[in-house]
Amino acid sequence: MKRLIIRKKSRKNFITYGIVLVAYIALMAVVSAGAMPSALQGLLVPMCAYIIAALSLNLTVGVLGELSLGHAGFMSVGAFTGCTAAMALADSGLPVWGRMIVAVVVGSLLAAAAGVIVGVPVLRLQGDYLAIVTLAFGEIIKTVVTNLYIGIDPNGLRFGFLKPDIGLGKGGRMIVNGPNGISGITKISSLTAGFIIIMLCLVIIFNLVDSHSGRAIMALRDNRIAAESVGINATKYKLMAFVISAAMAGAAGALYALSQNTVTANKFDFNTSILILVFVVLGGLGNMLGSIVAATVLYILPETWLRQFSDYRMLIYAVVLILMMLITNSSKVRMLLAKLLPHKKSAEKEGEADA
Amino acid sequence: MSKKFLALALALLMVCACLTGCGDSSSSSTASTASTASTASTDESAPEASADGVTLKIGGTGPLTGGAAIYGNAAKNGAQIAVDEINALGGLQLELRYEDDVHDSEKAVTAYNTLKDWGMQIFLGSVTSKPAVATSTEANADHIFFLTPSASSTDVLGGVENPLTETIEIPRKDNIFQMCFVDPNQGSASAQYIYDQKLGTKVAVIYKNDDVYSTGIYNSFSTKAEELGIEVVSATTFTDDTSTDFSVQIADAKDSGADLVFLPMYYEAASMILIQADAVGYEPTWFGVDGMDGILTLDGFDTALAEGVMLLTPFNADSSDEATSKFVSTYKEQFGDVPNQFAADAYDCVWSIYNALKDEDIAADASASDLCDKLIAKFTSSDFSYDGLTGEGMTWDETGAVSKSPKGMVIQDGAYVGLD
Repeated sequence: MKRLIIRKKSRKNFITYGIVLVAYIALMAVVSAGAMPSALQGLLVPMCAYIIAALSLNLTVGVLGELSLGHAGFMSVGAFTGCTAAMALADSGLPVWGRMIVAVVVGSLLAAAAGVIVGVPVLRLQGDYLAIVTLAFGEIIKTVVTNLYIGIDPNGLRFGFLKPDIGLGKGGRMIVNGPNGISGITKISSLTAGFIIIMLCLVIIFNLVDSHSGRAIMALRDNRIAAESVGINATKYKLMAFVISAAMAGAAGALYALSQNTVTANKFDFNTSILILVFVVLGGLGNMLGSIVAATVLYILPETWLRQFSDYRMLIYAVVLILMMLITNSSKVRMLLAKLLPHKKSAEKEGEADA
Repeated sequence: MSKKFLALALALLMVCACLTGCGDSSSSSTASTASTASTASTDESAPEASADGVTLKIGGTGPLTGGAAIYGNAAKNGAQIAVDEINALGGLQLELRYEDDVHDSEKAVTAYNTLKDWGMQIFLGSVTSKPAVATSTEANADHIFFLTPSASSTDVLGGVENPLTETIEIPRKDNIFQMCFVDPNQGSASAQYIYDQKLGTKVAVIYKNDDVYSTGIYNSFSTKAEELGIEVVSATTFTDDTSTDFSVQIADAKDSGADLVFLPMYYEAASMILIQADAVGYEPTWFGVDGMDGILTLDGFDTALAEGVMLLTPFNADSSDEATSKFVSTYKEQFGDVPNQFAADAYDCVWSIYNALKDEDIAADASASDLCDKLIAKFTSSDFSYDGLTGEGMTWDETGAVSKSPKGMVIQDGAYVGLD
């Protein structure tokens, strides 16, 4: 029986990897053939960033079972630190991919650090405190970054708060300019970078979920008292999942920022956090492939197909959200889907035969 | 059973939405312009017959929905009026399409790309500063001529030196031009004006510190004020989330004895400040910038509160000038509203582009890049100047900034009156 569960699970994991890989190859083919409209092409890298953010939030909400309402805050940390790192190294002679890696690593490390700061006091508590604290965290990050000034001159990086005069000498360059955010970013993130990070995130999440720690995390989600009674250290495992999730959000932020001309702190507000949460909830809690599909559809749809409705665009978007929720939750539709997809059915049968 | 029906009904609804959606998409570009402009649609068939009937596609992005929608829609309507007038003249024809950017730089780039797919040849830029910084970079890379009605940040143009480091952080984007004043000009012009007219000795400033426009003006204002020896006794801030309660900022200005309050912000926030200051009986001289324009037409706002407010604005809807009154009456007739500065700026953008191109020899399938070269040469040439609603004899130079003089206005009996 155990063998069966593992086999079924790993089969599902490989389907997810496969779908992402095929989608990537198909997109690259269309892009290199020059057949993609530029509107859609411009959306690809941000789409990858939102997928990563949705995967990361799914780890917190779906696997860990804690509600985070400030995930955009972690993205913001990753975006601004990663982008600063990439811009500070602009003249260092590092190749583009090298700077990209540095940006993503710096962004995710600092977002992870922020995750530790938020998580250590809060994950010890029970109930919905994490939701409230992450909500506050998102707002704090927004205000802090709005008043943050970072510049670089030949002597190195300089930081300042509230006032733009941070003592940059002649020839210095402002990177993070308070409410103006970062402007004049050289776009160095690419679809390939996004694809690699998505794959890495999937590998990390699937292996974590299937590991000893992952089972401890899910046991905590399902029944904390029972889990603690068998000796599981609740805070340790919760913090583990939460910090990994924060680090991934940081990577998403760095990828996002480096795909834009300009980023400001306001971009990563409460609405963005909720948007990512919508991707996760509509894709299915704990369902990674669902998050990927939901993020793709719900991000691309309002920007392309719904543009023709002009003023009624967001109204229709809301209708689409409600329909998606009803349809994915309806048992009838699920049965219909199961009938339409014989492949899935036969896979289940195979599993039964195996047992 | 009922669930089944519900599911069926919903599925049907979606299919219908799909079908109607697809039907629309083929004609949406022409329908959107034709529906707002009845005159344009009748003329549209004509140019194909005439020899010099070249139709140019002009695009623009702006917040057509969301919190800043009032600016985007004003610009769109203003540009539409200009396009209708030009098309009625015969000869060179224009087709206008505006896309929604919800005042967000990410969505603005998508909107810009959508316009590019549509075949846009000339770009009216983005209406607000933050999205315009992003779209101007894109338009610069694609070499599409960009003339924004109202995005006033210097980052849009590029090539402006940071006074602190004396380096140019964003290189000049050679095809980007502005119809409005640049933020620093507004700030220093306001300080100069306050100093010259001796409007106040102790000045308080309330500004929005998460906004590029407001902070840009504040920074240049405070630099200039220091230079001139104007005493700034209180400088307080607010953000998007705190733009409804100003009691702290007003109390600070009042306690420090400021007799003039400078409000570099858009008019919704300014109207809240005026209402709340009135409630505590604080009556300093109020001084605004061009974003203040529109305060008199705000729904539910008692214009008596704005009595005596001074502002620098390039456009005055109550002007007796013939062109302005014609524009205002057309605007009222078509859109049922008094146009603000954004509408006038967009109107001027379309007309100045038309003036620059009307004598040129343009092929029917002129590429955006060729048009861009022609327009850059024309706009930066010394003999090109344009008289419009927002200024006389406007000229541009290589920096992309417009040179025109701001008009000082004061609100008296619910109307703007020129100060000098």
